[in-house]
Amino acid sequence: MKSCKIVSRKFDIEQSHTLNIAREHGAYNAVESAFSLDGEAIIEIIKTSGLRGKGGGGAPAGKKLSLIPRDGKRPSYLVVNADESEPGTFKDRQIIAKDPHLLIEGMIITSYAIGAHDAYIYIRGEYYQFQKILQEAIDEAYAAGIIGEKVMEHDYRLDITVHRGAGAYICGEKSALLESMEGKRGHPRLKPHQPEPEWYFGNPTLVSNVETIASVPFIVKNGADAYRQYGTKSSPGSLLFGLSGHVNRPGIYEVEFGVSMFEYIEHFGGGIKNGKKLKAVIPGGASTPVLTVEEAMCANLDYETLRAMGSSLGTGGMIVMDEDTCMVSALKNLLEFYHHESCGQCTPCREGTGWVDGILATLLEGKGRQEDIDRLLDVSGTMNGTTICVFAPAVSGVIDAFVQKFRGEFEAYLKEAR
Amino acid sequence: MSFAFTNENLEQIEALKKRYPSPKALSLPCLWIAQYQEGMISLDAIEAIGTLIDTPSMEIYRVATFYTMFNLEPVGTYHIQLCKTLSCALCGKAEILEHLQTKLGIAAGESSADGRYTLTQVECLGSCGTAPVMQINDRYYENLDRKKIDSILEVLK
Repeated sequence: MKSCKIVSRKFDIEQSHTLNIAREHGAYNAVESAFSLDGEAIIEIIKTSGLRGKGGGGAPAGKKLSLIPRDGKRPSYLVVNADESEPGTFKDRQIIAKDPHLLIEGMIITSYAIGAHDAYIYIRGEYYQFQKILQEAIDEAYAAGIIGEKVMEHDYRLDITVHRGAGAYICGEKSALLESMEGKRGHPRLKPHQPEPEWYFGNPTLVSNVETIASVPFIVKNGADAYRQYGTKSSPGSLLFGLSGHVNRPGIYEVEFGVSMFEYIEHFGGGIKNGKKLKAVIPGGASTPVLTVEEAMCANLDYETLRAMGSSLGTGGMIVMDEDTCMVSALKNLLEFYHHESCGQCTPCREGTGWVDGILATLLEGKGRQEDIDRLLDVSGTMNGTTICVFAPAVSGVIDAFVQKFRGEFEAYLKEAR
Repeated sequence: MSFAFTNENLEQIEALKKRYPSPKALSLPCLWIAQYQEGMISLDAIEAIGTLIDTPSMEIYRVATFYTMFNLEPVGTYHIQLCKTLSCALCGKAEILEHLQTKLGIAAGESSADGRYTLTQVECLGSCGTAPVMQINDRYYENLDRKKIDSILEVLK
């Protein structure tokens, strides 16, 4: 299986986070290509490339860019979502730490395309050591005249500001992120029925994941067709897929979409630790429904295949579990996470995550009864579709998959089974 | 106990104001600056931030209590935060926790009597590929095992 080097091209180069080394390897070359076009032409290229948002949702990125009005009547903003908090996901930090200039380059092009002069990077508070690397890169870019009053001698101002989060998973949700950037609690906003941009202090704003923005320079420089050479028809390009859990070589390995999940785990992950057998895989961050070994064996790493399996590609961060893993404990672990991270705005989520966590605790203590499993599924059902954001529906999907696919393990914990 | 930002920090805040459409955006940056200055966030600091960025102090309090990284109580000189989420749990987090508790003589959620250490368990640190992982103050320590913990704690002594 071949790795693919669109975003990770400079990852293995020593000191690639510094401006000189990055420039030696072609950083900021795409800016000239971009400024020879107008914004609409750039958006058209991104649309044609089929680039999809890499933060988990997988929505077409080009369409999202075209939602920003370009009438110049009011300011618009670009906000890069670096609030990487989905368990199993650790890809954006690789870009930030190893190739921050690629991100800045992508931000320049995207800001120019949507007509934004102020761009922000919202980075999770825990990533402070990576934030420092990013800030140094931004400072270097300012000093070299790459950003600031004039972007590389073009008559275009761009300021980039890093905004530090403070430990709230929900701020990865784009409207919660903007609430947080407006200085408030990270509570997701109600969404309109029509596709709309997000709004920052009432002005149109594009919120986009780090890896999505970092893919833009390649596309603008090499053209949409070059990007479409990789991946599948409906999932073009590549993703920084990740492996964690019971594999021999956990890490981030970029490949094109559409490759076999099992081969990916074998080839890059070096198989399962300690010669054990594979039991289950969570395909793309904790919030994507778990796959059994049989499903994982025939899964391909693209949006459509995983959707057809009732799961989701999510962020591409796979959590691999071996044959000895207790699925009840694994679910309990995730429910503790969701219980802690629910923002508390909607009752079904605030209360529901606590209830399901409590039911799992009862099961693990060996005090559970058959009706507790029914109640778990019942609460899960109530959490789905009754809240402002997709947090609770995701939790519901996680619970349902664990219980349906590994029901025997849950029943083995019941009081009457002991 | 009253609170006042140092001049240097005030300058930093004024410079940041130019970067945002409204000073209200600065609640998180100001809370961070206050926490670095004092080691925690006091009610007086919350009051001062409210005045500085034209926001009711109750709103700042709401924000400070929402985000887990703001410490409204004092923490030890070394705040050890061990990741407890799935990938770390699969890779031996329980053993690491036990070892840390034994070495430090405190349970998770406690601080040592001399005020040097606070041990907490936190949710996913986004370092799943190098699990188990912990954060001490602003730095990550990855691929932990007992031996590594011993040498890290030795340096902190």
